[in-house]
Amino acid sequence: MATTALDQQRAHAKAHAEPTGLWSWITTVDHKRIGILYGATAFTFFLLGGIEALLIRIQLGAPNNTFLAPDTYNELFTMHGTTMIFLAIMPLSAMFFNYLIPLQIGARDVAFPRLNAFSYWVFLLGGLFLNVSWLFGAAPNQGWFGYANLTSRQYSPGLNVDFWMLGLQILGVASLAAAVNFFTTVLNLRAPGMKLMRMPIFTWMSFITQVLLLLAFPVITVALILLMFDRFFGTSFFVPSGGGDPLLWQHFFWIFGHPEVYILILPAFGIVSEILPVFARKPLFGYAAMVFSGIFIAFLGFGVWAHHMFATGMGPIADTYFSLVTMLIASPTGVKIFNWLGTIWGGSIQYKTPVYFALGFVAMFIIGGLSGVMHASPPADMQQTDTYFIVAHFHYVMFGGSIFGLTAGAYYWWPKMFGRVLDERLGRWHFWLMLIGFNLTFFPMHILGLNGMPRRVYTYPEGLGFEQLNLLETVGAFILAFSFAIFLINIWKTSRGPRNAPADPWNAATLEWAIPSPPQPWNFAEIPSVHARDPLWEAKRERGGPLPEPQRVSGEGIHMPNPSYWPLVSALGLTAMMAGLMLIHHLGPWGIIAGGAVLLFGIFNWAFEPAG
Amino acid sequence: MDAHTSPAAAEEHAHPSVGVYVRIGILLFVLTALEVGLYEITYGEHAGAAGAAIQPFFIPLLLLLSAGKFALVAMFYMHLKQDHRLLSGVFVFPLIIATVLIFGLILLEAYHFAFARAGG
Amino acid sequence: MTDHAHALELGTSTGIDSRKLAIWTFIGSECLFFASLISNYLVHKETWLTGPGPFPHEAWTSPSGQVFEPIIEIPLVTLGTALLLFSSLFVVLALANAQRGNRRGLLTWLGATLLCGVFFVGMQVYEFTHFVHKGLTLKTNLFGGSFFVLTGFHGTHVTIGVIWLLTLWILAWRGRLTADKSLNLEIAALYWHFVDVVWVVIFPVVYLIK
Repeated sequence: MATTALDQQRAHAKAHAEPTGLWSWITTVDHKRIGILYGATAFTFFLLGGIEALLIRIQLGAPNNTFLAPDTYNELFTMHGTTMIFLAIMPLSAMFFNYLIPLQIGARDVAFPRLNAFSYWVFLLGGLFLNVSWLFGAAPNQGWFGYANLTSRQYSPGLNVDFWMLGLQILGVASLAAAVNFFTTVLNLRAPGMKLMRMPIFTWMSFITQVLLLLAFPVITVALILLMFDRFFGTSFFVPSGGGDPLLWQHFFWIFGHPEVYILILPAFGIVSEILPVFARKPLFGYAAMVFSGIFIAFLGFGVWAHHMFATGMGPIADTYFSLVTMLIASPTGVKIFNWLGTIWGGSIQYKTPVYFALGFVAMFIIGGLSGVMHASPPADMQQTDTYFIVAHFHYVMFGGSIFGLTAGAYYWWPKMFGRVLDERLGRWHFWLMLIGFNLTFFPMHILGLNGMPRRVYTYPEGLGFEQLNLLETVGAFILAFSFAIFLINIWKTSRGPRNAPADPWNAATLEWAIPSPPQPWNFAEIPSVHARDPLWEAKRERGGPLPEPQRVSGEGIHMPNPSYWPLVSALGLTAMMAGLMLIHHLGPWGIIAGGAVLLFGIFNWAFEPAG
Repeated sequence: MDAHTSPAAAEEHAHPSVGVYVRIGILLFVLTALEVGLYEITYGEHAGAAGAAIQPFFIPLLLLLSAGKFALVAMFYMHLKQDHRLLSGVFVFPLIIATVLIFGLILLEAYHFAFARAGG
Repeated sequence: MTDHAHALELGTSTGIDSRKLAIWTFIGSECLFFASLISNYLVHKETWLTGPGPFPHEAWTSPSGQVFEPIIEIPLVTLGTALLLFSSLFVVLALANAQRGNRRGLLTWLGATLLCGVFFVGMQVYEFTHFVHKGLTLKTNLFGGSFFVLTGFHGTHVTIGVIWLLTLWILAWRGRLTADKSLNLEIAALYWHFVDVVWVVIFPVVYLIK
């Protein structure tokens, strides 16, 4: 029987089909698979953090409640914050960085595929390290910000702070490695013609985020090292009796912490800036202003940290300086908001789920930003700080902002990643329930805060007027949780349908929509040549109509990096070193040495294996 | 920055000669000797009137000498002078933030300690 | 642009090799790491004068009458500083030889770099044990804590550099560090220079400024 060219192509495609099975996921260096790993892991942690929140809300639903012991309550709010920031929002953003950046710039992968895999495994192990503390009955309980000298050995003798301290160090390594990777990727792997000012706005915001990561994480690394020396080796950096200063911790922490909040929000800014133009069927209003305002926010973000410390008595000069710069930083943010409004103004809006969440983002973020500007005034902040008014603010920007934005991105890019469009009707149910539940939960906190309800209290007495709003918030929290149940049902239902999403279901503008859904391992059959911003819209204009559905190719002649397990081995070595540090009083240096040996073994093999 | 140049083409910038490298090495050694000399004159065992006169300028002078060494190593040994400007940017921008951090912390903590000692 | 261009053979958008850009990015990040450690040292400088000693530049007498002499020894540290500076020169010469494919020159100068690095670490170890014998440990006072953490982490970075350069030296000895692979040495050298440059800041700040 004669084999035709088509038979040969099919046979080749089958032989080179994307590998399946657990081992292929463990050794993957494909940015798209790594992105999905990040997403699945992060979403699981998000649900865990959500359960922690629900437990908190049950406890606070009634005055003098005894649902949770005070110590457990402390663990829950600490882990809720730590989980949501480091194990949910950041890695959900990383899912999008991983999946989209190479696609949006027209590349086949990131600059360092194995380093990319390493970052994911370190993140997973760091998240597990943090949460294994629950099994020891010693979950972190010192607040996500770990103020000294509560964190000293004297006041926190147990393992709780150790788990937090070392867990965060592990996670920091993942973030730093990824930041080096994406920074290099964006600068170096752009397709021909993809000038910086032609890059998709999501790539720009992500790029700025990497710069923030690179500059902010070393500071918290040092702070955690100093804390570790205080706790393990008897130094007194933050211990007053030894001449140290607890406030120094706050400075170090917030020098990291403030850029961190921009790390949390910039990707969502980028996502929403991609979605609104597509669904308004108009280019982004003021692209250059969006880029430069992002850069300005990032740069200024290093100069405002002590607005988290207005109540610590820094003196009038420091207070004034930090207040002014904090108010100043509202300006570039305002520019963005007006540009989003300018984008949809006069547009012909298609109301699909992604744009609901994107519009929800804009509205909720405005509210969060307004309360933020209110805290920028030190006298006003003296009333607001450490009350529920602050809790309201940061949930409006982090949930109303980041989570709404990330959810918008999930619905928007789901077809590209999984080849299926999420159900539209369930998507709207998700949106409305999320919006209602979110506002019911967090809006009353503004009122409670100004009426004097403090933060981080495990209960409150009757008769202060806190009962009704707290109960309302608890109800709201459950509605919010239910909205995510609908999201899960949507995912499950969609997964049972046919995998037939077109390459470009939304009539979008950027390169990722030019390739099949989901993409083949090498992304592009041919590396594209870019002549304008919004290259797909430009191509459609030139063609006078929609582009043909891209064909899948055999991938012959396209060389992709080999899979590898050395990133995982190295990640295990690093985690073992941290575990060894934790057990230093039982194992002496041997745990650290053993972990270090595994790490070195992993790195050497990684360095000397053929990369492909 | 949008041109696709091959890695080989990018390395076509002038390499300093061995002689230049050695001369810079000697200069670095001399600058170090000056730093130590400055310390000895100002605070050393045999410090005299000259030392007292220099004292107010000691720190700025010292930092100037080290800045010189820093720049020499960065520009010539690390090749920043000949390399793509982006690499200089990637190095200098964090240095700016680092300087802000150091000075900010010193100022804030100095105030705190002064305040704490005075009344707190 | 060729259709099926090899992903790794495409030139980069900036013309800079990705690994070189990456090491510079990492170095930029490390500037903040050391800036934080240096800030910590400087911030605590004001508070340790109340004792207990020993102190770097001043003598101190304990309430019980025990006298602690100033603990810093300038000659030893100056030697270390010179070693590190010369090691930067040597690694640059090693790289020049590597780029020209001169294996013998490469081995000589890279070996010299390694010797300097090892001696520097040795000097630090000696200094640390000397300080401990004089009564200064991590816990004694904030000078001890800040000093050992700052110089200890710097020393750790030097040690990692030594391991890295030693690996390359062994590769060169086996004839595998050819001219076309010289970028590997260039990247290690950039890390090494950075570690040197950090010491250029630490030396005056810790040892010469009172």
